[in-house]
Amino acid sequence: MSQELVIQAKNLDLTFPTNDGDVHALKDVNLDIHKGDFVSFIGPSGCGKTTFLRTIAALETPTAGTVTVNGMTADEARKNRAYGYVFQAAGLYPWRTIRGNIKLPLEIMGYSKAEQEEHVTKVLDLVDLRGFGQKFPWQLSGGMQQRASIARALAFDADILLMDEPFGALDEIVRDHLNEQLLHLWDRTDKTIAFVTHSIPEAVYLSTKIVVMSPRPGRISDVIESTLPRERPLDIRDSQEFQDIAHRVREGLRAGHAYDD
Amino acid sequence: METVWKTYGFYTYRVLGVDMRNLLPILTVVAAIMVIWYAASIGMNKKWTYDQAGRAGVEVTFTEMVADTWAQDRPVLPAPHQVVAELYRSVFEKKISSKKSLVFHGWITLSATLLGFVFGTGMGILLAIGIVHNRAMDMGVMPWAIASQTVPIIAIAPMIVVVMSTIGATDFLGKDTATAIFGYQPAFMKGVLPKAVIAAYLSFFPVVVGMVKGLRSPDHMQLDLLKTYNASKQRTFWSLRLPSSAPYLFTSLKIGMAAALVGAIVSELSAVPLRGLGARMLTGSYYGQTIQIWSALFAAAALAATLVASISWVERRSLKKMGMS
Repeated sequence: MSQELVIQAKNLDLTFPTNDGDVHALKDVNLDIHKGDFVSFIGPSGCGKTTFLRTIAALETPTAGTVTVNGMTADEARKNRAYGYVFQAAGLYPWRTIRGNIKLPLEIMGYSKAEQEEHVTKVLDLVDLRGFGQKFPWQLSGGMQQRASIARALAFDADILLMDEPFGALDEIVRDHLNEQLLHLWDRTDKTIAFVTHSIPEAVYLSTKIVVMSPRPGRISDVIESTLPRERPLDIRDSQEFQDIAHRVREGLRAGHAYDD
Repeated sequence: METVWKTYGFYTYRVLGVDMRNLLPILTVVAAIMVIWYAASIGMNKKWTYDQAGRAGVEVTFTEMVADTWAQDRPVLPAPHQVVAELYRSVFEKKISSKKSLVFHGWITLSATLLGFVFGTGMGILLAIGIVHNRAMDMGVMPWAIASQTVPIIAIAPMIVVVMSTIGATDFLGKDTATAIFGYQPAFMKGVLPKAVIAAYLSFFPVVVGMVKGLRSPDHMQLDLLKTYNASKQRTFWSLRLPSSAPYLFTSLKIGMAAALVGAIVSELSAVPLRGLGARMLTGSYYGQTIQIWSALFAAAALAATLVASISWVERRSLKKMGMS
């Protein structure tokens, strides 16, 4: 794996002013993400993991510190369409077919008609939705809709994929299946993925690097480099190595969480 | 009812936009209204019957009295069958170019309504777009729009008619242009503009309110998604805001259409020449022709129902096609 730096956060601070005082969402966050990494952010609610992801995407502006994406500021990177973003809900347009939905970013970015068709066909293949292009979102299951939304984020060939609890609303069986598919996809495309999750097994199964975060104020309490191989069958989760990493994540979460409330 | 439709292979219970499963309750209500109406006719018209009989010095039995209250020329409250008969006469038995034809008057009112509806809807949509995209308009326009609706239309309508007549802006296309195109000036074009303006004045408001809500209906996630594509405001409008507003737009259009019709009818009370359903009601009241008033009233109601039902029809089809129903 190359060591090219893709995302770098330096002394990141972010406070939201609210009616009952400021909320310190991120405090002194430092992180390097290299090309081809699969990084998970895990932590309890309010630990700032989603805020951190949104800051990388330039959907939030830090109060202090810098985020660099592909050597640019986060906002420049956004304007250069450096990343695809997958939200918790699929958010497909009901008035567009699946193909039409995936075309949306391509239309906005000014791809030619021929390029649009080519890209859509390619990413539909990538997320295993061949033959569903002409269907409307309501004709698809929740898992398939979320796959379509991943295809939409992949369509314009951004090297970075930012995912905010994309499988949070799905049941465990569908989730396992999608996790496996996501790893395949990552393996085939060599994208850099930043992934927010609540689930320890999901984080350990997917990631090359696990960032454990804790709340009040939101901060990084541990960064774990996974020793698992890049090739990961589902049953790797029964191995001792997997259990050890999961244990360390759990310890990190416990240490960072104040059980005083 | 259900089984009948099924044996004939119907997949819908709708006939002419009415759910046939609602037929029984609807008919029950109609029957109740009929009973009350006929009873009220007796109560309100019997004084005239007894006065006439008294002057002629004859005694009337109860049955004779009832029969007379339902058959007077100028009753206080005409009986339903009298209104229906008058409607039939003035719709089917008169030439449609005749001043006595309700089709003629209905068409005059309809053209003012539709023209006003188009003006009003267009203006409403443009204002809503401005309000959603411009902070100054957001703060500045809405109070005026609300204030405009608190002015009694019956007071402002004659002023609009007078002002527009004075500046000569009353005919659609103008007499010369219309004559050049059609060879004559079509009746509906004459004096239609002030009426359309008043109709538009009433119909733009529900469209503004509905469209502002509709254009703001996409949630944060949807807007953030377009932000990650670095989409322009214009793109966001065409790709997301406008399609999302469709359900709100149709609801507003239905209210706006009904409001436009009210505006057109009110404006006909003061517009020149005296034509249209509003004018029919006015002349009816001048001459005590209550049956004429009521038939014009029902014609207006039927017109409103037809217009709103056609919007509903388009709404159902569009929203279904857009996957939003």
